Amino acid sequence: MSDTIDNATIDTVAALAEGGYKWGFSTDIDMEMAPVGLNEDIIRLISAKKNEPEWLLEWRLKSYAAWLKTEEPDWAMLHHDPIDYQALHYYAAPKKKAGPKSLDEVDPELLKTYAKLGIPLKEQAYLAGVEPAEGERPQIAVDAVFDSVSVATTFRDQLSKVGVIFCPISEAVHSHPELVRKYLGSVVPAGDNYFAALNSAVFTDGSFVFIPKGVRCPMELSTYFRINAKNTGQFERTLIICEDGGYVSYLEGCTAPQRDENQLHAAVVELVAMEDATIKYSTVQNWYPGDANGVGGIYNFVTKRGACRGDRSKISWTQVETGSAITWKYPSCILQGDGSVGEFYSVAVTTNHQQADTGTKMIHIGKNTSSTIVSKGISAGQSNNTYRGLVRVLPKADNARNFTQCDSLLIGDQCGAHTVPYIEARNPTAKLEHEATTSKISDDQLFYCRSRGLSQEDAVGMIVNGFCRDVLKELPMEFAVEAQKLLAISLEGSVG
Amino acid sequence: MLEIKGLTAEIGGKQILNGLDLVVPQGEVHAIMGPNGAGKSTLSYILSGRPGYDVTGGTATFNGVDLLELEPEERAALGVFLAFQYPVELPGVGNANFLRTALNAQRRARDEAELDAPSFLKLARAEMARLSMPADMLKRNVNVGFSGGEKKRNEVLQMAILKPKLAILDETDSGLDIDALRIVAEGVNSQRGPEFSALVITHYQRLLDYIVPDRVHVLSAGRIIRSGGPELAHELEAHGYADIVASAA
Repeated sequence: MSDTIDNATIDTVAALAEGGYKWGFSTDIDMEMAPVGLNEDIIRLISAKKNEPEWLLEWRLKSYAAWLKTEEPDWAMLHHDPIDYQALHYYAAPKKKAGPKSLDEVDPELLKTYAKLGIPLKEQAYLAGVEPAEGERPQIAVDAVFDSVSVATTFRDQLSKVGVIFCPISEAVHSHPELVRKYLGSVVPAGDNYFAALNSAVFTDGSFVFIPKGVRCPMELSTYFRINAKNTGQFERTLIICEDGGYVSYLEGCTAPQRDENQLHAAVVELVAMEDATIKYSTVQNWYPGDANGVGGIYNFVTKRGACRGDRSKISWTQVETGSAITWKYPSCILQGDGSVGEFYSVAVTTNHQQADTGTKMIHIGKNTSSTIVSKGISAGQSNNTYRGLVRVLPKADNARNFTQCDSLLIGDQCGAHTVPYIEARNPTAKLEHEATTSKISDDQLFYCRSRGLSQEDAVGMIVNGFCRDVLKELPMEFAVEAQKLLAISLEGSVG
Repeated sequence: MLEIKGLTAEIGGKQILNGLDLVVPQGEVHAIMGPNGAGKSTLSYILSGRPGYDVTGGTATFNGVDLLELEPEERAALGVFLAFQYPVELPGVGNANFLRTALNAQRRARDEAELDAPSFLKLARAEMARLSMPADMLKRNVNVGFSGGEKKRNEVLQMAILKPKLAILDETDSGLDIDALRIVAEGVNSQRGPEFSALVITHYQRLLDYIVPDRVHVLSAGRIIRSGGPELAHELEAHGYADIVASAA
């Protein structure tokens, strides 16, 4: 490990440390922001700030034009105050924040992760943004760029050896423009929906992943290591391309509660899987849900879609959503290739006044395609939780198979669980199965657990995790362990 | 030692226990028999702390500790165990995981060292072998898809692993065939010792052939109306409850 630490490294992980794991906000803010409002000038500003090529600016402007022509959708079972799109900042340079005084002040979880990566203590301090003593290198304002992350240094070498590209999309635009240009918007075009159009016009940054032919990505890729996660929260754009025979497992999010002053999060994620390729995309989301009255929480309006372009390709979405005031997303799979497979595993928890309208779309186009949907909705408090799913089999999609299981668990008697399944089968050889259950955690179950020594909280956690097991077992291990804890925590106090 | 004095209790406003007195000295196994609706299950639920039951008077202490003041999980840590008449299913919750979590929760509460997974498995397998239970029972989800007999055996397995000081068996014998009955009885008898007391609630003499009680009590209309040695159970088997109930009224 070299003695000189990359400036950007400090920046990047300082961003992670304070943005991801601390609740409070520093008061000495030094920020450069565009004026509020959205118009062509703002978009040109964003594009210019990122030094984007002309084609990308054009793409943004076309998307903006499409957005202007679209109306905000209101068909979901969600209620929120109208969003004033002209009152948002669409560009903000990173802020400088007061950092921790020593490693003792840094979230121990963060330090554990550094330790796992074999990063020595001194570097940990820099990474965590610990303020240096007098005379030492001053802390630099966050202006995160990915490729200098020393956190990532240890595994970046492995990635580049096999030709895997994992970098911010803003960087990919410059380093691999032909790839970005070819695939951006190919799965979620700007005209797809209101929020996709908005995102396409003003997206800030996100992940770009490229897996070359036949390569099994040697490690799970995580947004934790992708820098300026803090800045891209609002309009994140992610593009993952997996060539023939490739494999990648991508983890998005983290269990630590993420607070952000930007209320609207309208991300777009596009996945492209070629022949015999597999993309596994896991999300654990715990955005700030608002206070007990639901005020101030984040609106998570996301468009996620995977195209199984190649024969026998496979895309699986696994999500554990416990945060956000409103969750509105339908990670979907377009099963174009023959024999392609789409999967959706979801646990969505709503408590207090949270709302969720989430589910998936499986579009069967090729022959012998199959899809699996397992959705577990848990409602507590006065929340509302809706599963909305579409299984569509097109006329030429011979021998399509789908299995759908959507289960709702109600805790208490003031919450709501709704299921809105759509099934469209236009090919007579399709075999579609749909099962749905609604249940409550019974007093008998709780008492049974308690009579064996478990506390009420532990009993609820155990029963809920049992309920969600089919989904949780699809998560990569570290995520699964954290997700279980997260589930238990998010339901604390909801029973009794 | 379990000591119950003048216990009165209601459920949903209806009085079920009417001044129940009972003493179970340490190390003894007592049987509770009686007609339906007498309050046998109610007694077992009140001792284990099930919500919904209102104690309106009297006391119940175990080794001097007031049971009625404690939460169900606290009573479990104290050594109280209820083998349910109708064990409930816990979908998605693995049997091994459930048992280990419960055992460790109790150990934590008693400031004892917790068992790690390998040690726990060793313990569990040993107990299962003794009870002639198939090893795959640990892998299944708690009571999910279990036959009636399997559920009862699972209760006995839990008891063998949690090693309670006061076991309350609520009609453990209902729904069991002879072989299962023997296994369950063996499970209970193997716990017997100076540190172990039990309340065996049953309708039938048959179980008591295998788990020979130290005392037999007849519970009727919320009170113990008659107590005796094991021969009392034979008497009940031969003549039924009518005479005893009538003479107590």
